[in-house]
Amino acid sequence: MAAFIQRMSCLLAVWLAVVLSGIQAVDRSNFKTCIQSSFCKRMRDVVPGHSPYRALLETLELSNTRLTLQLINDNNKVRLLLELYRLQGNMTRLKINELKPLRPRFEVPDVLIADPPTEPLSLVSQDEGGVVLSLGADARHLVVSARPFRLDIVEGPHVLLSVNSRGLLAFEHQRPRKDTLSKISSTVGSMWDTIKNIFSSSENDSEEVEAEEDAEDQNYEKEEDQADMWEETFKSHTDSKPNGPTAISMDFSLPGVEHVYGIPEHAENLRLKTTDGHDPYRLYNLDVFQYELYNPMALYGSVPVLLSHSTQRTMGIFWLNAAETWVDISSKAAENTDSVQAPSKVAQTDVRWISESGIIDVFIMLGPKPTDVFAQYASLTGTQSFPPLFALGYHQCRWNYKDQEDVRSVDQGFDDHDIPYDFIWLDIEHADGKRYFTWDPAHFSQPREMLQGLVDKRRKMVAIVDPHIKVDSGYRVHKEIRSKNLYVKNKDGGDYEGWCWPGTSGYPDFTNPEMRSWWASMFAYDQYEGSMENLYIWNDMNEPSVFNGPEVTMHKDALHGSWEHRDIHNLYGLYVQMATADGLIQRSGGVERPFVLARAFFAGSQRYGAVWTGDNAAEWSHLKISIPMCLSLGLVGISFCGADVGGFFKSPSSELLVRWYQTGAYQPFFRAHAHLDTPRREPWLFGPENTALIREAVRQRYALLPYWYLLFYKAHGTGQPVMRPLWVEYPEDVTTFTIDDEYLLGRDLLVHPVTDEGSKEVTVYLPGTGGVWYDAFTFQRHEGGQNLYVPVTMSSIPVFQRGGSIIPRKNRIRRSSSCMEKDPYTLYVALSPQGTAEGELYIDDGHTFNYEQKKQFVHRRFIFADSTLSSSNISPDSQFSTASWVERVLILGAHKPSSVTLKTSGGSVASLEFDFDEATSVLTVHKPGVNAGADWTLLFQW
Amino acid sequence: MQHNVNWLQALLVLSLSVTLGWTVEVQRPRGVPLTKRQFYDEAKPFTCLDGSRTIPFDRVNDDYCDCKDGSDEPGTAACPNGSFHCTNAGYRPTFIPSSRINDGICDCCDGTDEYNSGASCQNTCKELGRKEREALQKLAEITKEGFLLKQQLIEEAKKGQQEKQSRLSELQDSRKGHEDKVEALRTVKETAEQPEKEAKERHLKAWEEHKAALRLEKEKAKMAEVFLELDDNADGFVDVSELQTHQELDPDGDGTLTDTEAQGLLGGAHKVDSTEFMNMWSNMKEKYVSEVCPPTPSSDLDKDPDSVYPEDDLDEDAAGEDDEDDDDDDDRDDDDDKVISPLQVLEKLSVCERERWCLLCNAALLPFSFRALEKEISFDFGPSSEFAYLYSQCYELTTNEYIYRLCPFNRVSQKPKYGGSETSLGSWGSWSGPEDNKYSVMKYEHGMGCWQGPNRSTTVKLTCGKETAVVSTSEPSRCEYLMEFTTPAVCLEPPNIDTQVHDEF
Repeated sequence: MAAFIQRMSCLLAVWLAVVLSGIQAVDRSNFKTCIQSSFCKRMRDVVPGHSPYRALLETLELSNTRLTLQLINDNNKVRLLLELYRLQGNMTRLKINELKPLRPRFEVPDVLIADPPTEPLSLVSQDEGGVVLSLGADARHLVVSARPFRLDIVEGPHVLLSVNSRGLLAFEHQRPRKDTLSKISSTVGSMWDTIKNIFSSSENDSEEVEAEEDAEDQNYEKEEDQADMWEETFKSHTDSKPNGPTAISMDFSLPGVEHVYGIPEHAENLRLKTTDGHDPYRLYNLDVFQYELYNPMALYGSVPVLLSHSTQRTMGIFWLNAAETWVDISSKAAENTDSVQAPSKVAQTDVRWISESGIIDVFIMLGPKPTDVFAQYASLTGTQSFPPLFALGYHQCRWNYKDQEDVRSVDQGFDDHDIPYDFIWLDIEHADGKRYFTWDPAHFSQPREMLQGLVDKRRKMVAIVDPHIKVDSGYRVHKEIRSKNLYVKNKDGGDYEGWCWPGTSGYPDFTNPEMRSWWASMFAYDQYEGSMENLYIWNDMNEPSVFNGPEVTMHKDALHGSWEHRDIHNLYGLYVQMATADGLIQRSGGVERPFVLARAFFAGSQRYGAVWTGDNAAEWSHLKISIPMCLSLGLVGISFCGADVGGFFKSPSSELLVRWYQTGAYQPFFRAHAHLDTPRREPWLFGPENTALIREAVRQRYALLPYWYLLFYKAHGTGQPVMRPLWVEYPEDVTTFTIDDEYLLGRDLLVHPVTDEGSKEVTVYLPGTGGVWYDAFTFQRHEGGQNLYVPVTMSSIPVFQRGGSIIPRKNRIRRSSSCMEKDPYTLYVALSPQGTAEGELYIDDGHTFNYEQKKQFVHRRFIFADSTLSSSNISPDSQFSTASWVERVLILGAHKPSSVTLKTSGGSVASLEFDFDEATSVLTVHKPGVNAGADWTLLFQW
Repeated sequence: MQHNVNWLQALLVLSLSVTLGWTVEVQRPRGVPLTKRQFYDEAKPFTCLDGSRTIPFDRVNDDYCDCKDGSDEPGTAACPNGSFHCTNAGYRPTFIPSSRINDGICDCCDGTDEYNSGASCQNTCKELGRKEREALQKLAEITKEGFLLKQQLIEEAKKGQQEKQSRLSELQDSRKGHEDKVEALRTVKETAEQPEKEAKERHLKAWEEHKAALRLEKEKAKMAEVFLELDDNADGFVDVSELQTHQELDPDGDGTLTDTEAQGLLGGAHKVDSTEFMNMWSNMKEKYVSEVCPPTPSSDLDKDPDSVYPEDDLDEDAAGEDDEDDDDDDDRDDDDDKVISPLQVLEKLSVCERERWCLLCNAALLPFSFRALEKEISFDFGPSSEFAYLYSQCYELTTNEYIYRLCPFNRVSQKPKYGGSETSLGSWGSWSGPEDNKYSVMKYEHGMGCWQGPNRSTTVKLTCGKETAVVSTSEPSRCEYLMEFTTPAVCLEPPNIDTQVHDEF
């Protein structure tokens, strides 16, 4: 029997592989359109301009921290409760729930890092039409209109944002099911009375409420049930929907806004498109096989945050809801073509959010600058985790390195070809029958020996641990989760089972803290057999992916405790990564920083590690889209983003592979990956020329690791993205608003990767009129505020350093980042037209929390001004001793000095040798030799 | 074969360095090889080895790169293009990239690269040297013996070739004879038939005949193919053991095809040639399962309504069908739907026709043996035909999961150890070693197709050995296999210095 089952599993797996993989592009019919998702259709059918919602101003209650107000739907008399908060840092939060829900509705936990601190709201004026509340300084007000209900946030004479101005607020109240109503209404009624008596006995208006309720009940009867409200079927899957319709919808208008961004993950341009006439952008974490580009289909992760930007202001809308969500965007362009007359019409963008369940909980981040919005969002959901330095190196992955010998020989290949790398990865085949936390006994029988081999080279490994658990009574992980009753349940209360890589699999209920804590404990060295300190983790398939589930994911009526999967879906992936990251921290006794890569994510996932853009393909278009996809993620807090270098599906040409390395070297998460069925593509397999090109790209990455590390440190501290759209730094330059084929790393490096086959040139937009940029390799100087035509060869990576910046590099490229730890720095001082420059350097041990817990780090500021370059301490209360020193200083855009003198803090003065290259105007100062953590000054005599 | 010469040089150098390492300790800047010592004179300013610049000598190894060629920093990691010389006394001296100096990893066996990193490196040179000397000596012995064996192989190949040539001409004659006879018979038959039949009958008969002939042709082709398939060692005979590879022929259905049973199938003989085989074929025809066409799924699977059979596997099998005889391709498709046993056909034929049929059979089979021989002779068996002995041989290697089988100049296959069908990893393609060493690598191509991937292929690397054997297999890339194969045929003549080498020890 066992053999039979095994064979059947094998057959089904093959069948699934065929079904899932036999097609060349996404099979759209596997995924719902808005019309096929009944709530989306119902909500989208709501006609603008006829809002039935009215604010009952007499119910207004204003406490020091919040305002509450009831809303009534005049069609069915159902009441909603609105809560408004003014949050610290120029944000407004609005929550809407049913006043008296039949059952509690889901409110997303664990995403906000804390209860957002509030500030007092004060009443400015009130009449029968509404109320005006003060949002603090700048004449900023919140205007609540009663009939129909509407909110406007205004600043002086300008409306910044309006809520329900189009009347698309909709809130499907919970109701008893019609066909069962007669049978159970009495029961429900009496239960309801009991509950009410318990909770509302103190309310003095209970009778009035009761009267309203009777009216509500009658209205339930009157309301027509629409198709699919209580059950809906997609393909062969039926969603039982025992709670009936629970969707919510709300519209937001943004006057003066023509550009909106965010709401990843979509394979889409940076600037979002209007969705009039086709599907809205969908947010529903899905394992999409061979996804298509430039469309609004859902992908692996969801961050329900939309940013708006104009020359005047940057704002954000954070829709905190983890259910399936759709976002409609429509816009009116400004009709400001006539320069004589005043604009007849201001541009406006309207956004409508639709979710299947939960409550309306919205954070409006009022900016006004891009950096303010990033800080505001970071104050809510936290910042990018600070990765260990080596995680910023190059990662070599493939599905699958076959055995220990393969791992050893690939490792050796990097040394033989003198290409640095930090991590080699093992995909699902490394485990024993896809039983994660185990090792295949035939091919990975001595994992510690293998890991020790990597330790000896100062390198690391990542092994995959997916959240689906093989149902196998001989598998400890399964046995324990089952015995602890921690699996997700199906609608009938049994353990939910689905198909995934190992065959029949259970899905741990990661929403349960007990499950997460058990999962974390599994990463202890004595629990995860064969693991060592240099083994890190990859969580794939955490959407969750269920091969035989609806849309390749979990049934919505599956149960996580008392909540339906419907309520928590987009949050599942975050919890998986959270538990894994906790596990890696715990195994080291809280000392070491974790590194965990995940495919599915949600708002807040930035706190737990890195993400990547999933299963892309070896096509030029996929290389190109990696830029806007990671930029969009960076805008909503997730900075540690990358795309599979080379493309996952299919086999890249050597040109595409080289270009992808060149691009990936300048994106935050730098990992090559390949499908099981593609030919091998380690960097040295494409001839000596291509090997040399790839080597050079990877070496550039390693040289710039000090800058990457600084950017991540700052992202961790402030929430500013590492990889930024140009408009973030040049918010008033409208040219930059739609650019997504180039980007900034921090403020100081501009990258325009070559992403077209056979390119002979690229046109780079250098922003910042009046400023200058220096080619990062030739040091040629270019004016800002122009389109620069740059001829390219196969070795070209167009990268420019901003005039006015100082970037530290380590130019002694070694086998791995760890090997470079004690190496000296070269400072690249790129002078502004005013002859000034400024930069920072951050150093710590590279892998522990000591920077945070013990303030063990070096953080320096370099300033070049008045012919003096000085290094000073930004953080005087920190201390760390580094072996690194300053080897060389390059001044770009300099003229020839007569002397260069070094002054150290000890008071010693020394004359330094220097070279000056007339052709490039580069001054090279030799060997200051000072410790990188010390105070020093270089004086230039011209 | 460059590498064979190399190890001998290596052995020589190694032996010398052992001596030098013990006796001479020459003072020079860190990381400088002895051969370049004269450029690093402490008393003089240092000129970069590319001549680009001259610097004070105290700037040599001062951890700052002054020379574009890296020559001023032989002992530090300061220059990106520098290299560091490990003396490795007791072993082979070597250069490492200067980026590996003080990186915390021991690269030189004498540990000299890690002088300031905190890494504690053991000196392993003596041990390495000892091991390498042993290995090299062993290799020298193997080469010596292997080369002797190779001489024998060349001799045998010469003889074999002559035999084959004469057999080829024999066959050519015999084929001519058969063709003549057939032609004569046809003439007789046609002459006899023509006037006697009514037009209608004649027409009908011609039609019948045409059909029968067609079936026969098919049957014959099939049988010839089966014969070749069964004749694993290509000696022109099918013997009992070859037949036993087809257990499905077991007459009593007890699952084992015993020697006696096999012999029975061969009409009591131990082996039969193609003509005899033709007569036995009818006994096997019904049960025979071709090696080329895979068996259909077992019946219990078919009966199970819920089972989803991996169809693509079947398709792959069909696609991977190894078809060497293109001639009879056209008729094969409709083979299955109207199978008529040869006996049935025979019964319907006149005596004359039977005679003619048998002649035709011979005529049909002859080209196969002829072609097989012709094919064999046409192979490139190396400059002195030293690889000829591999033809019609097969070599196996059993790993944890699979049995790999290499039949040189024919095919490579893989079969699960515990049952399952065989997968073709490629058919003979070509010699594909580097230009100066063409006969060091064999390429087998167009094996069974991979899902979303290439057809399987195998690269066979040949190395010198006394034995002829497959020593390892791997699949470095999906569906691209690598096999290591030892044979005396690639052993090179040991240069006449081995006496000197021995003197050194």
